[in-house]
Amino acid sequence: MESLFGKTADELQQIVSDLKLPAYTGKQISEWLYKKQISSIDEMTNLSKTTRTLLKEKYIVGLEPFRDVQVSKDGTKKYLFNTSVGKYVETAYIPDRDRHTVCVSTQVGCKMGCLFCMTGKQGFQGNLTAGEILNQLHSIEERNSITNIVYMGMGEPLDNLDEVLKSLEILTSDWGFAMSPRRITVSTIGIIPAMKTFLEKSNAHLAVSLHSPMENERKMLMPVQQVYPLTEVLQEIRSWDFGRQRRVSFEYIMFRDLNDTSKHVKALVKLLQGIRCRINLIRFHPIPDTPLNTSTQQRIQEFKNELNSHGIVTTIRASRGEDIYAACGLLSTKRLINN
Amino acid sequence: MHQHTLSQQTLTFSEEIAPGVFLMGFARNFQFKAGQVIGIGIEKEGARRLYSICSGEEETEVRILYNVIEDGYLTPRLSDLSEGDKIWITEPRGEFLFDPAPAIWIASGTGIAPFYSMFRSGTFDNKVLIHGERYLERFYFFDEFHESLGENYLRCCSGEEAEDVFSGRVTDYLVQASSLPSDFKYYLCGRAEMVVETRDLLIARGIPYNNIISEIYF
Repeated sequence: MESLFGKTADELQQIVSDLKLPAYTGKQISEWLYKKQISSIDEMTNLSKTTRTLLKEKYIVGLEPFRDVQVSKDGTKKYLFNTSVGKYVETAYIPDRDRHTVCVSTQVGCKMGCLFCMTGKQGFQGNLTAGEILNQLHSIEERNSITNIVYMGMGEPLDNLDEVLKSLEILTSDWGFAMSPRRITVSTIGIIPAMKTFLEKSNAHLAVSLHSPMENERKMLMPVQQVYPLTEVLQEIRSWDFGRQRRVSFEYIMFRDLNDTSKHVKALVKLLQGIRCRINLIRFHPIPDTPLNTSTQQRIQEFKNELNSHGIVTTIRASRGEDIYAACGLLSTKRLINN
Repeated sequence: MHQHTLSQQTLTFSEEIAPGVFLMGFARNFQFKAGQVIGIGIEKEGARRLYSICSGEEETEVRILYNVIEDGYLTPRLSDLSEGDKIWITEPRGEFLFDPAPAIWIASGTGIAPFYSMFRSGTFDNKVLIHGERYLERFYFFDEFHESLGENYLRCCSGEEAEDVFSGRVTDYLVQASSLPSDFKYYLCGRAEMVVETRDLLIARGIPYNNIISEIYF
């Protein structure tokens, strides 16, 4: 059976056309799925019984309840979901005063192999569908209080571009969840062709994992640098209008004595010249057997001050949910892969 | 060439060299460096996937080695192509390149392609090549590697046993290896899982992480 949840308006229109149903049925279904948040076709009460029966022959709504949830002492929650590829993904819910952010996954595992990331250690098991991406927002206990969405969970979002774009279309369309794209941030390590398509087709914010301005260092941390060097990523970003409605930010995990020196500040300032952006500094959360170390809190603060003094808006991202392995770089379902 | 510049190429051959593994080629009309990748698509518009070039820098033909991924977007369609059919390619790119320093080359599956390109392009006196495969028939370039590299070409086979072939995966071999030179460069290419596992294992065995250069297929 195929899921309706996660279908775009065009796809729903195609379904009703194939079933020889009236064209307005597509709109009715999207209302039920994305506005009224029903969980079964039988709840679509303005469709005739015959229509519902016809739909049920091939389709289900397709929502998946969370399988487990862990709660951090700081209030962060980590949800576990089943996926269609028979594996699992994790989703983080991060409350912070009036801001309620959900960090969604886009893939089971990841192909990118970044040295500092736990997700990459489980390899790649499959892409999530748009429905599975949105289900992480729809099926958590806090679904009605979400204010912000970040595509920064398991996987590289732009390595699953089609499904990510579909999920963004459903989130931001009037017929969908009608959410402002200004409340959504999509992260990437810099897959240039996909990033270009994302920038063309979506208005959501962009976050780029930078982590070192030095080419050779970045190669060791992030193999993608071999194919899509940061200078070319930035060249593409320079051709877009950021800093007004749409924002570009750079994520920078702080590794002691590796990328946290004043030399790095200078290189960053030079590299990002002319781009209206902000840098988010992230404390490194050590993963097992890592050769990398965490910068001291003092050094992170100094690094921030140095960047700020050069006119680059820099913030330090608070570490959240570290005790339940929900913090940046720690999501993993490796232990469940063989279950 | 700009990264989005495309050119159309005509296949000179396409052959299934092992079950589900294809080698295809077209005439070379551009320069590249051994180890580089090109983006390939069937239509001018639409998604392209990156593949390592699997031929030498000076050869008249550019060859591409790939696995057919059953539910994949591109490879099932590529495998239906034959001599005379057209594909679109991007310009070559990438920094996973030949280095004259002593090195261990570690590949799994079609991750052998960039090393074969380096092998066909330059010297390899100070290189050791470790290739992991599930089946013996997939050591596609055994004759050439064996003749030139001799004992410096090691095969690891996880699904079958044979004389002179290590029984197990590349990572099993590295665990058992009596010593691994810490001043060599280690070049890894293959599926993400193999690359990440191998990198972790090398680091655990004392290889500095900045001596490990990884190429990941995505």
